[in-house]
Amino acid sequence: MSSRKFLQLLLPALVGALLIGLWQLVHVSLSEDQRFLLPAPAAVLAAFHEHGPDLWRATLNTTQGAFLGFACAVIVSATLSLILSLSPLVRATFYPYLMILQMTPIIVFAPMLVIWVGPGLKSVTIITFLICFFPLAVNTTQGLVSTDRNLVELFRLYRATKLQEIFRLRLPAALPYFFTGLRIAATLAPIGALVGDYTAGSSAGDGGGLGFQTLIYSSQAKYAALFATATVCCALGFLFVAAVLSLSWLLLHHWHDSYERADT
Amino acid sequence: MPPTAPTSIVEFRRVEKRYGDGPVILNDITLSAAPRDFVALIGPSGCGKSTLLKLVAGLSPITRGELIIAGHDPTGSTGELAYVFQEPTLLPWLTVVENVALPLKLRSAPAAEIAATVRSALDLVGLAPRADYYPRQLSGGQKMRVSIARALSLSPRILLLDEPFGALDEMTRDHLNEELLAIRERQQWTAFFVTHSVAEAVFLSNRIVVLSANPGRIHREIPVDLPYPRTPDTRRSPAYHQLVDQVSQLLRSVEDSIPTRNPKP
Repeated sequence: MSSRKFLQLLLPALVGALLIGLWQLVHVSLSEDQRFLLPAPAAVLAAFHEHGPDLWRATLNTTQGAFLGFACAVIVSATLSLILSLSPLVRATFYPYLMILQMTPIIVFAPMLVIWVGPGLKSVTIITFLICFFPLAVNTTQGLVSTDRNLVELFRLYRATKLQEIFRLRLPAALPYFFTGLRIAATLAPIGALVGDYTAGSSAGDGGGLGFQTLIYSSQAKYAALFATATVCCALGFLFVAAVLSLSWLLLHHWHDSYERADT
Repeated sequence: MPPTAPTSIVEFRRVEKRYGDGPVILNDITLSAAPRDFVALIGPSGCGKSTLLKLVAGLSPITRGELIIAGHDPTGSTGELAYVFQEPTLLPWLTVVENVALPLKLRSAPAAEIAATVRSALDLVGLAPRADYYPRQLSGGQKMRVSIARALSLSPRILLLDEPFGALDEMTRDHLNEELLAIRERQQWTAFFVTHSVAEAVFLSNRIVVLSANPGRIHREIPVDLPYPRTPDTRRSPAYHQLVDQVSQLLRSVEDSIPTRNPKP
């Protein structure tokens, strides 16, 4: 391992340790009866142990909702983007409604959703879908209509069919834009599932997720458990983003300028 | 109307071109090219040189007159025609080999035929060792070579080149000019070559068509009688320099004459 690479690992770890130390310091500097406001790092660790089964079940539920909503958003937005990319007229027709969908706060929708499909996974999935959908649709559409004009002319010249033009030219050319949307959606998906669960989560059976768990812990004043929940949410976000970044690297690093040349 | 030369492969008869209701881009173009002709098109910017190529390629329809490509209407002639753009116009996500194979893949040629054709096209431009590189790993000159190999992979009867070497440094440009002529010795195509460089036009072509602008029309045609095959020595011959001088003067007189007859519609 080169010394530069070693430093790149060591320094962030040092900063992390420093922040935890600072946290502990603030905790002990509070007066005894105020300490509950900021649970100690050790207390958060203990909360992981104490609420482990609950947290694990909630994490699985939230991950499921986040993933389902995210996947639906990818499929629906990709299809819609393809349709929107067909002509400026089609775009002009549907764009205003896409905007309206984005501008309406999901929080307002949530109670209606609960009435329509009931609380639990279905509602959470739909809310995640609604949150992830817009950045994906906008970026993918932009990518599909931004194909290099010279390349389009080249395909026309070689008498490519419309399907060949879409699959061999427009789709690969739109990939970098698609991944920009995907990266944004990946950060939004766990948050969307959490918000969905918070507003439309279910107490029935094993239905509750991390949002629902947040409601319970805050009502019971289990602040250390809240910190533990936050940590899990954060890890979940990293997981989604890391998956998307890996896929992006896999498909783009050979040719796209956003990745360094492999051989220079 | 001039009599049709039975041997011509590209035939313009009093062709006019305008885009929509815009100004006339090309006016009264009558020009025919025989097989193996290497026609250089030169003229001030805005004289419609590139538009002329697009008409031949069938990328844009003519407004008036007649244009016959290999006995067909331009939009009907398929596969006999290849285009080399100003930019290399490569697909960045495909390797060199895949880029060269693209036109054949688009028409679903058999895999064995594609492999053989692509290999020989890459050999022609000397890029076989770079077959698996991606475009961003190549220099400007190498990218242009790939673009030429891609055009040649179709075994075209007509090769259209729109200032292909304009962005390259002079040495690379000279090299590529020599390579292009060397390839021509082994293949049978008719070339239309748009350029801003008089030296390039004289070195490559057997006919130089000088266009004037506003609207674009044929000002004069100059035959280039230098014998093929041409080599770097050609550039040192008196006949070559004489032609360069002659065309340069002609071009200057065309450029000077633009403001005097420019009745904007």
